[in-house]
Amino acid sequence: MEIKKGIAVSPGIAIAKSLVIDSEDYRIPRRSILPSAKVAEVKRVRDAFKNAIAELEDIHSEKDFEGERIKDIFAVHLRFLKDKNLRKKITDLVYNDLLTAEYAISTTLREVANHFASVQDKYISERAADIYDIEKRLLRQMLGEKRHDIASITDEVVIVAHELSPTQTAGFDKKYIRGFATDAGGRTSHTAIVARSMGIPAVVGLEDVTSNVAPMATVIIDGNRGVVIIDPDETTLKQYTEFALEFERLERELDTLRDMDAITRDGVTVELYGNIEFPNEAEMVLDKGGHGIGLYRTEFLYLYSEMEPTEDDHYKAYREVLRVTGNLPVIIRTMDLGADKFTQSKRFVRESNPFLGLRSIRFCLQNLVLFKTQLRAILRASVEGNIRIMFPLISSLHELRQAKMILRDVMEDLDEDKIKYNPNVPVGIMIETPSAALTASILANESDFFSIGTNDLIQYTLAVDRGNERVSTLYSGADPAVIKLMRSVMHDANKAKINASICGEMASDPEFIMLLLGLGYRTFSLAPPMIPEIKKLIRSVTIESCNSIARKVLMMNSEREVINYLRSAAMKVLPEVF
Amino acid sequence: MAEVSQIEVQVKNANGMHMRPAMQFVDVASRFASKISVSNEKLTVDGKSIMHMAMLAAVAGSKLKIKAEGNDAKAATAALKELVEDRMFDEPAWVPKA
Repeated sequence: MEIKKGIAVSPGIAIAKSLVIDSEDYRIPRRSILPSAKVAEVKRVRDAFKNAIAELEDIHSEKDFEGERIKDIFAVHLRFLKDKNLRKKITDLVYNDLLTAEYAISTTLREVANHFASVQDKYISERAADIYDIEKRLLRQMLGEKRHDIASITDEVVIVAHELSPTQTAGFDKKYIRGFATDAGGRTSHTAIVARSMGIPAVVGLEDVTSNVAPMATVIIDGNRGVVIIDPDETTLKQYTEFALEFERLERELDTLRDMDAITRDGVTVELYGNIEFPNEAEMVLDKGGHGIGLYRTEFLYLYSEMEPTEDDHYKAYREVLRVTGNLPVIIRTMDLGADKFTQSKRFVRESNPFLGLRSIRFCLQNLVLFKTQLRAILRASVEGNIRIMFPLISSLHELRQAKMILRDVMEDLDEDKIKYNPNVPVGIMIETPSAALTASILANESDFFSIGTNDLIQYTLAVDRGNERVSTLYSGADPAVIKLMRSVMHDANKAKINASICGEMASDPEFIMLLLGLGYRTFSLAPPMIPEIKKLIRSVTIESCNSIARKVLMMNSEREVINYLRSAAMKVLPEVF
Repeated sequence: MAEVSQIEVQVKNANGMHMRPAMQFVDVASRFASKISVSNEKLTVDGKSIMHMAMLAAVAGSKLKIKAEGNDAKAATAALKELVEDRMFDEPAWVPKA
């Protein structure tokens, strides 16, 4: 049994056999096939050999080569391709070890090549190149051929991969896929997004899970805790089977909450919105009972396309969301590029401290063409739904004023072009930096709303990179510094009579909801699958009890004390969630 | 009646048993029905497999044992000896350092 820790990006528990799949790099990684596919896979090897031989014989007869030497080289290659020992070695790997044709070919020929390369005699050692040539020729035969191992799954599996590309996930027969585990990726990686939209568990950022999972090994993916267990022992397996059943039961129960309001036991209504990245996720927000989009991340337009998006690309994406949401609010966050997210043409200059560098609104303010293109598209769409604009990572009033000035410029351009837009479109900001939180009273005078991005606010307040495992334990929303900032933002928003919501991960964490309600927050935007659970929690508490929790927490001195207290308080209200 | 023929040969061409000589060896060996194995001090391989023969990496001067089993075993070893020692794979001879 082996336990690996990664980033939980989609909740749920999956227990199934592993299907380790190909990535697209030239170095063919070790990938497994299902036993049911082995006969077909062996045939792929044979076909590759047959086609490679035919190709070589063609060359041989067709052209009159410059010399005997080249002719000899191809003759040698042909002997290799016809060598029964070589072919058997490869098909054995496929048939007995359940490896893909590509991997079996690649690994066998590389082994032979390495053997030559190790020979002292230079004349022989240089022949390793011939073997690489043969390998390439065989692998080429398999390119263009449609990969069938993913499309023809007939058993329930969990997919284990380095990272999944959109093309790969498009080919999945989703019926049989129970979960994902990948080496690479983060919360916004393609794998994470696909898993959430499929409603199956996923853990990413596992670093080397592909090399640790044997073909067809039993794998448990715990998308709630971010844990992957390979070859679990009997006790663990039994325990997780129970967890999985319990989780399913809870899911079904939560789905019945869909049409109920998020209202506390003492009658206070809370608004729950969904965070989305892709237009097609809007539907899931409504399905899960969300009342709008509280955070529409727009970076995907840059990150998943080969070319920089045009104004129409933006416009189409926004309209697609509005078609689903109707009159419900949709908060579009302008591009949050930089740091770990890049555009096509603007490969960022290497920065030694990217999270303190040219990112987000700062990047937009220095790349006006790009920024204006997006604003123009948002404004155009603003007449077709309930759109609000949100600027990310504002760290001073000056920045907010600059951004709003550019927005006005774009409005004037639209006036000139006689294009309709909503001139009163609400404009708000994300509170993600300590400076914004501390000057919230000033920023509130010129903002229509606030939304706290807790992930960045915690990172900047505590000076902790949570992606760095050597310090990530210091990253916590329960730190008194973070809580004091959040209280003061709420206080300032109330004074200015504007709404302050929370769109970071704290809003989807059951442990924090009572505290946030007690601090005065009444609007949360969260990952769509989490909406029912948070709604259930809200429906089980009273604002009075939340206020008392917040008062107690504000008196506490340490993160430990806070988190333990919040945990036990939440456990009392909703024991089954934990 | 199956016969067994075993001989020892020395690689005499300057460049040793690289790819092309290995191919010639396999081609000659494949003309015979007998099972043919070739050994050096380390390993024994199939004389009809170019992969195996090439992996022997027999450099100039190295000695190989050739064993044939089958009805045409004697003819097979004789043909292979002729290829390796007399024709030297149609390549220049190896000049041992004094």
